[in-house]
Amino acid sequence: MPVITLTVDGELVSARHGQSLLEVLRDLGADLPTLCQCPGLSVQGGCRLCLVEISGTNKLLPACTTEAAEGMAVTTGSERLQEYRRMVVELLLAERNHTCAVCVSNGNCELQALAANLGVDHVRFSYQYPVMSMDLSHERFGLDHNRCVLCLRCQRVCDEVEGAHTWDVMARGGMSRVITDMRRPWGESSTCTGCGKCVQICPTGALFDKGMSVSEMEKERGFLERILAGRSRHQSKGQGHGRSRKGNGDE
Amino acid sequence: MDAVGREMAMSKKIRLATAWLAGCSGCHMSLLDLHEELIGLFDAVELVFSPLADVKEFPAEVDITLVEGAVANLDNLELAEIIRSNSRLVISFGDCAVTGNVTSLRNQIPVEDLLSAVYREGAASLPGSGDAEGIVPKLLPRVLPLHQVVKVDAYLPGCPPSPQRISAAINALLAGELPKLPPDMRTFG
Ligand code: SF4
Ligand code: SF4
Ligand code: SF4
Ligand code: FES
Repeated sequence: MPVITLTVDGELVSARHGQSLLEVLRDLGADLPTLCQCPGLSVQGGCRLCLVEISGTNKLLPACTTEAAEGMAVTTGSERLQEYRRMVVELLLAERNHTCAVCVSNGNCELQALAANLGVDHVRFSYQYPVMSMDLSHERFGLDHNRCVLCLRCQRVCDEVEGAHTWDVMARGGMSRVITDMRRPWGESSTCTGCGKCVQICPTGALFDKGMSVSEMEKERGFLERILAGRSRHQSKGQGHGRSRKGNGDE
Repeated sequence: MDAVGREMAMSKKIRLATAWLAGCSGCHMSLLDLHEELIGLFDAVELVFSPLADVKEFPAEVDITLVEGAVANLDNLELAEIIRSNSRLVISFGDCAVTGNVTSLRNQIPVEDLLSAVYREGAASLPGSGDAEGIVPKLLPRVLPLHQVVKVDAYLPGCPPSPQRISAAINALLAGELPKLPPDMRTFG
């Protein structure tokens, strides 16, 4: 595999041709904030937390969707980038209703942790206080739009890993919502297998197991890696041919 | 407590105030949870206004004011403005002051609908009407975090902020610095 050389924060590093900048940075152990990206899922490029500066262009580019190239000079942690990242998190917090103190994910939430790590100790934008509903029609899981950041990890894991494609997103801008089965109640979904992958992959308190109270919802962060590792073992033994498009109970 | 020692050496006590706007008083309870550290604190500061002290008027020339609670009604608004003009440093103390938090859960509901549901259709009489006229302050259309009403100098998130957070913040303030808490001590919630 051809090797390329680029500069990251002034240091020369080598990478494999075809790697994204984020993969290169992760290999280096760099601590770049991300939210929509999730190893094992397709890239979304939606949250803009992984923005980096690349010399020769004034545009900030998301590391997760940008391919590393020979000779690239990348800056990952400038004050300008940190300021934009803080703004992204503040906008996310202002856009919906995030009341951490009474949230199922309090203490175990990626958005909450991002805010703290980036130094967001208050939000400079006006909170929008949108009127948002919950969908509690599913037997085992709940959806709370108040806490959704529209990262679409649920949509991708359900489509790409479980093969059910229950989730989609409707409308635009502030009206956007994740929906199940063309906007029918989740509990009436004919596609959902009840595998729970979307709940585990959701970075916030938007998807949770029913019966969870404040701070009780802890997600199993490594589950996707485990499933995907199991699959590749399976396939290399010549047992599984391709990926099943229907739920196959590998959880 | 280095900072305290230094201040004592200067033999001028820091004028500290704490205020309670629209919050549950949990932040003040957490302040009391400093326990014996409070004794050292009071060597360095004079508590000039607080729900924990019997002072009626917010005094002039306060050095540091910790403000618990969001701005939810006209009384909160008035006190917030007095605090700002009389204090050198104003600190948002706890999530209600910092984000609006639980106090702002009512912001999706128009005030009139809220008052109807709780009072007109309930057992009690409506605040600000009849017997209660002039006694209960009028609600603002929306609950606001403190920094959307007055300038705030530093933020101490948490619901409530733990005594460790409070201690770290107060020690920084007594040393003449704005608190800069590490990530695990500045989470909301
Ligand atoms: S989802 Fe995360 S950031 Fe939002 S209220 Fe819950 S804990 Fe806080
Ligand atoms: S539980 Fe599984 S099948 Fe159902 S929506 Fe979530 S990921 Fe899709
Ligand atoms: S429900 Fe969760 S995983 Fe799905 S888009 Fe919202 S925050 Fe992301
Ligand atoms: S992680 Fe790259 S845009 Fe979200």
